[in-house]
Amino acid sequence: MATVALIAIGLVTTGGAYFLASSTASAETSTQAQASVEEGQKLFAANCATCHGLQAQGVEGTGPSLYGVGAAAVDFQVGTGRMPLANQGPQAQEKPVQFTDEQTKALAAYVASLAPGPGLPDKEYLKADGNAAEGAELFRINCAMCHNVAGAGGALTQGKYAPALSGVSAAHIYEAMVTGPQNMPVFNDQNLTPEQKADVITYLKYLEKNPSPGGFELGSLGPVAEGLFIWIFGLGAVVGVTIWIAARAH
Amino acid sequence: MAQHEDGGDVGSAVEKSEPFVPATGTAVLSSDAIQNPGLPPHHERVTDQDPKKEKTAERRVITLFYLSIVGSVFAVAAYIAFPITPGDTGSVRLNTMLLGIGIALGLLSLGLGAIYWSKNLMRGDELTESRHLTRGSEPTRARAAEIMHEGNVESGFSRRTVLRNTLIGALVATPLPAVAIFRDLAPAADPVKLLEHTMWKKGTRLTKDPTGLPIKASDVTLGSVFHVIPEGLNDTEDRLEEKAKAAVLLMRLKPEDLKELPERKTWSYDGIVAYSKICTHVGCPVALYEQQTHHLLCPCHSSTFDVTNHCEVIFGPAKRPLPQLPIAVDSEGYLIAQSDFTEPVGPSFWERS
Repeated sequence: MATVALIAIGLVTTGGAYFLASSTASAETSTQAQASVEEGQKLFAANCATCHGLQAQGVEGTGPSLYGVGAAAVDFQVGTGRMPLANQGPQAQEKPVQFTDEQTKALAAYVASLAPGPGLPDKEYLKADGNAAEGAELFRINCAMCHNVAGAGGALTQGKYAPALSGVSAAHIYEAMVTGPQNMPVFNDQNLTPEQKADVITYLKYLEKNPSPGGFELGSLGPVAEGLFIWIFGLGAVVGVTIWIAARAH
Repeated sequence: MAQHEDGGDVGSAVEKSEPFVPATGTAVLSSDAIQNPGLPPHHERVTDQDPKKEKTAERRVITLFYLSIVGSVFAVAAYIAFPITPGDTGSVRLNTMLLGIGIALGLLSLGLGAIYWSKNLMRGDELTESRHLTRGSEPTRARAAEIMHEGNVESGFSRRTVLRNTLIGALVATPLPAVAIFRDLAPAADPVKLLEHTMWKKGTRLTKDPTGLPIKASDVTLGSVFHVIPEGLNDTEDRLEEKAKAAVLLMRLKPEDLKELPERKTWSYDGIVAYSKICTHVGCPVALYEQQTHHLLCPCHSSTFDVTNHCEVIFGPAKRPLPQLPIAVDSEGYLIAQSDFTEPVGPSFWERS
């Protein structure tokens, strides 16, 4: 009886202590989140408001409204250096990242606080431990026409292009699918489920880690690049050997 | 019989070359015609003059031939030493690369050695080999005609007319089985009907490629693109043939961005439009969609279609807009087709009306 009582007391105390600890923790997180939103608002006013407007409402002809784009869009655009935009052009270019991780998160928190939108991806989908074969099929159907079957990127119209995907972090790939940055279409969770997105990421990471079984990939740009290579170097060698065969020995 | 084969002094005799005499036709021969420059003066090669150089050249050829042997042996050794392990793509790469290097070395140095030998060591002075006249001598020609005649008499080719005619008949009949077989390579059914219709019909649900799950109109958020196949495609026997015609791209635009013809107003649903994914140029899958400019590109020849304007061609070699699939929503909120495409999808064909 004493043992049971002892265990009961022990359980109640630890449970109670845990409850107290966790409630204080969540209170701390929410104050932190509030601080982060305020920090983000300041950063936004200083760095983004020129084009997107002071309230992120957008400026006609200069920058779109950011209502509803969510934390995912901010983390992608700012986290890859595409925003703040260096200059207006066909599309935002990737460049050295302008903000620290914390500042990016603060900006994301601020924009997310304006209107509901896609949030930061769940860590469990970013581990690249899904099914690479299924990811490859999904990639061929949904992504390969623009990004190339090996993720090497490709040209679009009027100076726009689909960037190469090697070296892009799993989180940024996921966020791009959810938010559809620039001219990329949106692939929401009803179109590609989070598990399917994880498979696509797995495929892309698999490509990065595994050598091409066919030898030199020549940038994986496909038949045109390979044709150009053999046209210049292969035919060049054939012409050279022909000249040597026909030349008189001295 | 045997004496026919000797047939006098013709046959194996070599014709003497005769100097070319131009025919005295109507042509006026100008006196300043280009003169035959003759052969350039003979230069002795270093290998002809210096026995040491000759020895060096010989050693080079020998080295190349040795290299060739080494390459061939290396190819065999590498093929055995680095086998292809199933499932390991790296091993395929290593195996084929080493095998290729070995064989290339074997063949290349063999060829280079042979050419180097002939260029530097074999007899090096210029020779003239005159051509024979095309026309045979009179006795040769007479003998040839005689052989034909003798053959005819001995075989009875023109005497035994029935035999000859049956031979000709047999020769004509031999290729007939091939005609019958290759005729069957043509499509069994009328190809025009096959090209004019796809799997889509009234009420077919739009489903996702490749899972085949139906799509709710509410799933298609603004800026989304869905790659669509008709419901039940995955269960059909000729899945790929059907997919090649029925593949559809589903996009959602702001309804005010769409410039729709009055008769096609009912073909879209709240800004959601469905177009054939098969390019009207040569049938590549058109799927590069730019969600801000609403341009749809073909990856093969850069034909560009304007989604806001019924996929009208705005650039590239395609001649016709992409066919639109009329869509609606069923009672459960899933997207369905109103009918098949109203025109044949894909590239033009002869019988296309």
